[in-house]
Amino acid sequence: MLGRLNWDALPDVPITIGGAVMLVVMGIVAVAAMTYFKKWRWLWTNWLTSLDPKKIGIMYIIVSVLMLLRGAADALMLRAQQATSAGNSHGVISADTFQQVFSAHGSIMIFFVAMGFMFGLINLIVPLQIGSRDVAFPFLNSVSFWLFVAGMVLINVSLVIGEFSTAGWLAYPPLSELRYSPGVGVDYWIWSLQIAGVGSLLSGINFLVTILKMRAPGMTLMRMPIFCWSVLCSMVLVAFAFPILTATLLMLGLDRSLGMHFFTSDFGGNAMMYVNLIWAWGHPEVYILILPAFGIFSEVVATFSQKKLFGYTSMVWALGAITVLSFIVWLHHFFTMGAGADVNAFFGIMTMIISIPTGVKVFNWLFTMYRGRIIFSTPMLWFLGFVLTFAIGGMTGVLMSVPAIDFQMHNSLFLVAHFHNMIIGGVLFGYFAGYMYWFPKITGFKLNERLGNIAFWCWLIGFFFAFMPLYVLGIMGATRRLDHYDASLGWQGLFIVAGLGVLIIAAGVAFQLLQLAVSVWTHFKHPQRNADLTGDPWNGRTLEWATSSPAAEYNFAVIPTVTDRDAWWKIKQDRQTKKPGNPIVYEDIAVPKNTGVALFVAAGSFMVGFGIIWHIWWLALAGLAVVIASVIHRLNDDDTEQVIPAAEIAASEAARMSRLKQKVAV
Amino acid sequence: MNNITTEQEQSDDKTVFGFWVYLMTDCVLFATLFATYAVLQHNTAGGADAKELFSLPYVLVETMLLLISSYTSGLMLLSARAGNKRSVFIWLAATVALGLGFLGMELNEFHKLASEGSSWNRSGFLSAFFTLIGTHGIHIATGLLWAAVMAIRIAKTGLTNTMLRRLTLFSMFWHFLDIVWICIFTFVYLLGGR
Repeated sequence: MLGRLNWDALPDVPITIGGAVMLVVMGIVAVAAMTYFKKWRWLWTNWLTSLDPKKIGIMYIIVSVLMLLRGAADALMLRAQQATSAGNSHGVISADTFQQVFSAHGSIMIFFVAMGFMFGLINLIVPLQIGSRDVAFPFLNSVSFWLFVAGMVLINVSLVIGEFSTAGWLAYPPLSELRYSPGVGVDYWIWSLQIAGVGSLLSGINFLVTILKMRAPGMTLMRMPIFCWSVLCSMVLVAFAFPILTATLLMLGLDRSLGMHFFTSDFGGNAMMYVNLIWAWGHPEVYILILPAFGIFSEVVATFSQKKLFGYTSMVWALGAITVLSFIVWLHHFFTMGAGADVNAFFGIMTMIISIPTGVKVFNWLFTMYRGRIIFSTPMLWFLGFVLTFAIGGMTGVLMSVPAIDFQMHNSLFLVAHFHNMIIGGVLFGYFAGYMYWFPKITGFKLNERLGNIAFWCWLIGFFFAFMPLYVLGIMGATRRLDHYDASLGWQGLFIVAGLGVLIIAAGVAFQLLQLAVSVWTHFKHPQRNADLTGDPWNGRTLEWATSSPAAEYNFAVIPTVTDRDAWWKIKQDRQTKKPGNPIVYEDIAVPKNTGVALFVAAGSFMVGFGIIWHIWWLALAGLAVVIASVIHRLNDDDTEQVIPAAEIAASEAARMSRLKQKVAV
Repeated sequence: MNNITTEQEQSDDKTVFGFWVYLMTDCVLFATLFATYAVLQHNTAGGADAKELFSLPYVLVETMLLLISSYTSGLMLLSARAGNKRSVFIWLAATVALGLGFLGMELNEFHKLASEGSSWNRSGFLSAFFTLIGTHGIHIATGLLWAAVMAIRIAKTGLTNTMLRRLTLFSMFWHFLDIVWICIFTFVYLLGGR
């Protein structure tokens, strides 16, 4: 009846029990608070069932911030273990727990923090920037988000029921095969990633179509904001790379659940096939994450240098070149496979070449700043911090692209330092810049600059303390994923420095949370101090700033006509010279109705995953039935839109205009 | 920019384009399974290989059923565009019947292989074979379910614009599966059964 599931599945290691209890208590407190304040109906109708990409985007970001805290807690444990576990001391956690923690840290940070934050920002900004009222497929968008949540819930359930994978964030076979990992850990890994991954794939298709088919009249491809270009390239990569992940996880799952022999070490399986396939997805994946960050920096630098972006065309071509090249470098993750000198040389050279378009972008940003009137706001600080750290990470990357050097560095902490250099200094700094930059557009008030400043400096300094020692340790021969090492190696001092660095980063996270809390408090106590009444707090250049903050559900009362690259900048300039035209005539606007069907699709998917993990086959079949029934229900529902009448739009636009005039008068 | 005018046409255009993109992602999924099959096809681990297992005449009949079903789905779409509800039902039914025949033959082949001791857990080659063919089969089964749901809907509401659009998407899906099958027939059966 319950497959492999029994009471032994509950945690028995103190630290895991602690984590599990904390998770359960937090859940209970949240549910109790919602019930006490009678907020369930509000939550359901205003948020959970909403198809408005602006709300879905906010939910994405809330989930990924929560997961950032979980992943950061994992990081603290890893650093604490490695700082203390030398010689006779065996550190704070057992080897098995340590392995689960590093596997969870990597999987959560990539899939549930970086991907979630990225899709959150894309949902919030892309429709506004292209002058559209919605995404191409609003319901599909909601399905994507809830599949992401289902995967997130599954990976966190592993903390309470059963165990997590000990096979690292990419679960290389044969270690991840049934013979060497007989527990449920790897199955949890497979299914949480599979469910979230399908969600990402659907989002990829959705935004690809949104950008190509729903731009405002006059916005040709070469007039699109660079952020939209970067998202377009990233979504092309999603569409090409994520099916490979789906197929690869499927095959590993079949090996484990049905006894197949794709990647086993016997019966004709081939483990290196897995390694090739997972990196054929995995390398594009890092570009999926970094390209939107590049896009954000392009917007931030142009806005805060108060100049148009330098080298727009070369920016677009660089993005395109990276998109193509990112598919022909995957083998550099395992030069040591022994594919031979010719193959390794090809992939080494391709890896060096991909740094050229990236370099083009960095120079374009720097030339944008040249002779600009730069405002050193916090998003700009994230950008400057990014240029410094990303340049260092880029150099170590090019170093490792030389196969002969890579043979020395492979699997060492040098590599760990390199990719954290790129993911933190590149991806995360970019998303944080975007978070600060677009926060007023989303909420209607600005974040506290001073606390943002402190948080930035904690992150930047903490980053160098945490990861520069790892470069050195890597050169000294420390391999990754060590839960213990000999005291005579002389590594402990550097590990302690790295541990301190993570504490400084943790302080940065704390300041970011404080920043959010203080800004919300200020907004409710003294709204005039940080409210954004104009909708254009930074004197922006692109169309999202043409709307009110927060933007109305329909985004634009009248779809703008675009005549130039920096569309909003152009509109503002035209206003100064031209006389206002005829009074605006508003029309009825159709928006999608709320629906909870996507939650059922996600719940069914969760049942499928949980059932297969624990061999509860009836649950898996029931879950599949729920998914199919939900989809059929949706297909037979014709009443999916509601109309906002023109009068209502005219009234809310008039109210906005009077607020604007008030602002000017003040 | 283009000659699309009404809101309905815009929405159809968007959906059809989105479906094309989806089909391309599915194409990548099949490509991954094909690549794996190509790598593992000689890893028989002492078990039977493709030449011993596959019966080409049997697979040829299977292939013919699927190809003809593609033709009938084309006729179905033509009748739908002509607004002929009755012949839409006839051709949709023919498509489903042929698809069911194909699926039945495939399951029968699977059963025969498994009972001969050549199941998916026998070797890497057979794992890749069952997964590649099985994934195609699951797509076919999904298509059949979809066709049934659409038939019920058309009976209720008639050939509305929404239904016309969905029939177009279904037809694209069905032709796509046909193309995938031709690749399977060529690379797995013809080249393997030589």
